Amino acid sequence: MKNALGVEIPEYIDGLGELQPYQGVWNSVLKGDVASQTVPTVLKAQKAHVSKMCDSLEDAIKKSQPFDGMTVSCHHHLRGGDGVLMQAIAILDKMGIKDITLASSSLTSAHDGLVPYVESGMITRIFSSGIRGRLGEIISMGKLKHPAVIHSHGGRVRDIMSGRIKPDLALLAASAADEEGNATGAHGPSAFGSMGYADIDARYAKTVVVVTDNLVEYPCVPPSVRQHFVDYVVTVDSIGDASKIASGTTRITSSPMDLRIARIAATVIEHSGLFKNGMSFQVGAGGASLAVAKFLREDMKRKSIQGSFMIGGVTSYGVDMLEEGLFKAIFDVQSFDAAVSTSVLNNPQHIEITCDQYANPNNCGAMTNKLDVVVLGALEVDVDFNVNVITGSSGEIRGASGGHSDTASGANLSVVVCPSFRGRLPIIMDRVHTVVTPGESVDVIVTERGVCVNPSKPNLAAALKKAGVNVVDIRDLKKEVDSMTGIPAEKKLGDKIVALVEYRDGTIIDVIKNVTNLE
Amino acid sequence: MTPKFKAQAGTFESSDIMVLIEPVAEGSGRQVDISSTVMLQFEEDLKTCINQVLDVMEIENVHLIAKDKGALTPTIKARVETAVKRSLGIQEGTL
Amino acid sequence: MAKKKRRSMLYIPGNNPAMIQQAGVYGCDAVLLDLEDAVALNQKDAARILVRSMLETVNFYDTEVCVRVNNLQTPFGLADLEEIVPMQPDNIRFPKTESVQDVKDFMKEVRRIEKEHGITDPKMTIHVMIETAKGVANVYEIAACEPRIDAITIGGQDLTADMGIVKTPDGAGIDYARKRIVMAGKANNLDVLDTVFADVNDDEGLKEETEYIKKLGFAGKALINPRQVDPVHEVFNPSENEIRKAYRVYSEFYKNTKAGIGVFAIDGKMIDAPVVQRAVTVLEYANIDIKDIEKSLD
Repeated sequence: MKNALGVEIPEYIDGLGELQPYQGVWNSVLKGDVASQTVPTVLKAQKAHVSKMCDSLEDAIKKSQPFDGMTVSCHHHLRGGDGVLMQAIAILDKMGIKDITLASSSLTSAHDGLVPYVESGMITRIFSSGIRGRLGEIISMGKLKHPAVIHSHGGRVRDIMSGRIKPDLALLAASAADEEGNATGAHGPSAFGSMGYADIDARYAKTVVVVTDNLVEYPCVPPSVRQHFVDYVVTVDSIGDASKIASGTTRITSSPMDLRIARIAATVIEHSGLFKNGMSFQVGAGGASLAVAKFLREDMKRKSIQGSFMIGGVTSYGVDMLEEGLFKAIFDVQSFDAAVSTSVLNNPQHIEITCDQYANPNNCGAMTNKLDVVVLGALEVDVDFNVNVITGSSGEIRGASGGHSDTASGANLSVVVCPSFRGRLPIIMDRVHTVVTPGESVDVIVTERGVCVNPSKPNLAAALKKAGVNVVDIRDLKKEVDSMTGIPAEKKLGDKIVALVEYRDGTIIDVIKNVTNLE
Repeated sequence: MTPKFKAQAGTFESSDIMVLIEPVAEGSGRQVDISSTVMLQFEEDLKTCINQVLDVMEIENVHLIAKDKGALTPTIKARVETAVKRSLGIQEGTL
Repeated sequence: MAKKKRRSMLYIPGNNPAMIQQAGVYGCDAVLLDLEDAVALNQKDAARILVRSMLETVNFYDTEVCVRVNNLQTPFGLADLEEIVPMQPDNIRFPKTESVQDVKDFMKEVRRIEKEHGITDPKMTIHVMIETAKGVANVYEIAACEPRIDAITIGGQDLTADMGIVKTPDGAGIDYARKRIVMAGKANNLDVLDTVFADVNDDEGLKEETEYIKKLGFAGKALINPRQVDPVHEVFNPSENEIRKAYRVYSEFYKNTKAGIGVFAIDGKMIDAPVVQRAVTVLEYANIDIKDIEKSLD
């Protein structure tokens, strides 16, 4: 069967079951088929004053009664510094557990160690919002038994609520926790800020284990994860490499090209009609995307604009803007640097939110649905404004869906910033290799060589032109860039589906085929 | 014409290409070895572009080694031309 | 046609392909592809060939493109001209110009090369760079000696070195040179362009210096980093108040001219030709086409 973007989607995939084709950004919501599959949470009655403390991570895992075919879930707030997941997988492997489904909210450079477990068949399914590095390569080569499922942050919450992902064991790393399992990332030697992705695992997993290297006296405040969901608590020597979990403050790029793109994007926002008191805003954590915040900050000061709230992926740069009064509040599902943790802990206007509240498409109050402006990155875009943030130039899996499609769909203005080419690789394609965010939800693409406005927004295009923005037809821009870079050779792909890209409503928006020239 | 000296041109910076030329005996033909950060996408294009410059400059016997970091066509052409001219002793430059 | 703005002219090292291929998108009014000081002695040949190759294909959009060649006294100057003049960039910048004879020698080679390449109606203009005490002394004659010169520029680093003094943030040592060069330029209807501001992290210092040279009469400033473009434009761009006033002056001027009235007053102040001319300049910098104003009044 074909989905709304013309992608051939199999009706059934062994090990993953039936698939539904993507039908459009709001199709599921309009049809009302949103809540029918919601599964109940687990009931866990217990006698009074029973200790949850375990001797070791191994002890905790054993108490969860692991079995072949189980699903292990975790959050990725420790980013590239995560030291918990690899320990847990090694323990499960030692116990001889097989056929594991790994459901991490994302996977980072800290998880290349999973490669042998995938190759040996110990891990057979992966659900994640991002897969990178060597792990992404071997999955692209077809070495994971069943196709990996790439979901969005909001989509993951829906996946768990709907029973698509059924976590048997949730391992929730925390930088501080107490004996009952109240846990937070806001303080402690390995502080990482918001713990927003862990909430859904805590609520739905059959066994919830809080893992910390900083057991504090009861009660642990603030309780980001709460004790009435937690089965066991275990202390370990270290939950990871603190320097990679959260480092200092995030710096604005010094790349002239990124700054140029960001300057243009800020001008686009200024003349979008949304740049006024009460504006809400989300920006990425790196490169041109974060740099937009720098220019927006200057523009807001110059024009005396006070925004309403920021969400997201929060950097110290966002915290600075909050403290300067440019925004009234930050809703934080994930924090990016050490300075943010302090703010989460101390500033009442800096509010930790769950991923459910952040982006779940099936609730009635996702923050992304109240967003005015979001600035997003891209690996590739196409002439229909579709965006790829998951596969690289050879077709290999090397990125993250994250909140890209969640925020793009919800925001009044979604701005994608990207250079028109990167190291000779053109960024604008006839069709992106993998659609993560459909063009229907992308309003503007900002490159250093021109600004492309989705034809569905003619008024926006007119307003930007009037403001002197260099608005160009995306097909013309593509031609121009191609003439500079040349046309890249066709990717070498096989017929095997190695990953499915799930749209936030659970339908399949694209499939990723195996790459044959990877080694 | 046949290159007389070892020569190089370009840098290892992004968007540049380092071209090395080694003289070979008359009649041994062209050997062009390419490595590139965009090898999978532009190998053929790189070969064509380098050979075009060698054709124009009438260089038949040469060993050319190119290490590319995503250079665009005008850069590739300029670096090959510079390396060849240096190897012919037409221009002074780094060795 | 409105005169080209030259508020910002960004130096780009001639041997840096990553920067040259992006030169048209930094948002500056002009780029200076540099074969002189920004290129190591043993890379002069490589830079010259690279710049020529880039000029053949790269789209610089509406950014003015100037190439700074080496002085003819060096072993590189003539070879630079042979390579670059046939490409006819918008202008060629001739460094360390000290005398009328320097310009004549230089133009002799330029004309010869143009002739050899069948360029009969060359559009390429010449920027002379004054960066020695002798050059400052001769600047009036230099500015008047060649019609293809359309800008003079001061090289602060070399000039202070030549004078045997240190370049200070207040620019005291080159102040006289700046003013003298401006006057020589104005006397010949040439743009006068200021030297670089070396500290790329000091936006405030850059703006302060730009404010000063704007007051002296410079049309723009040379830059060494794309990050300097916005601060410099901010200084040269008219304020909203200035634009409003200029709009009003020009509107009244147009209405009165149509009615056959030569001199008129706004708020009790007489508006004469120089005031109108200044208004036109402000509107140009604000990207407002006076034809649009006229249309709205017809």
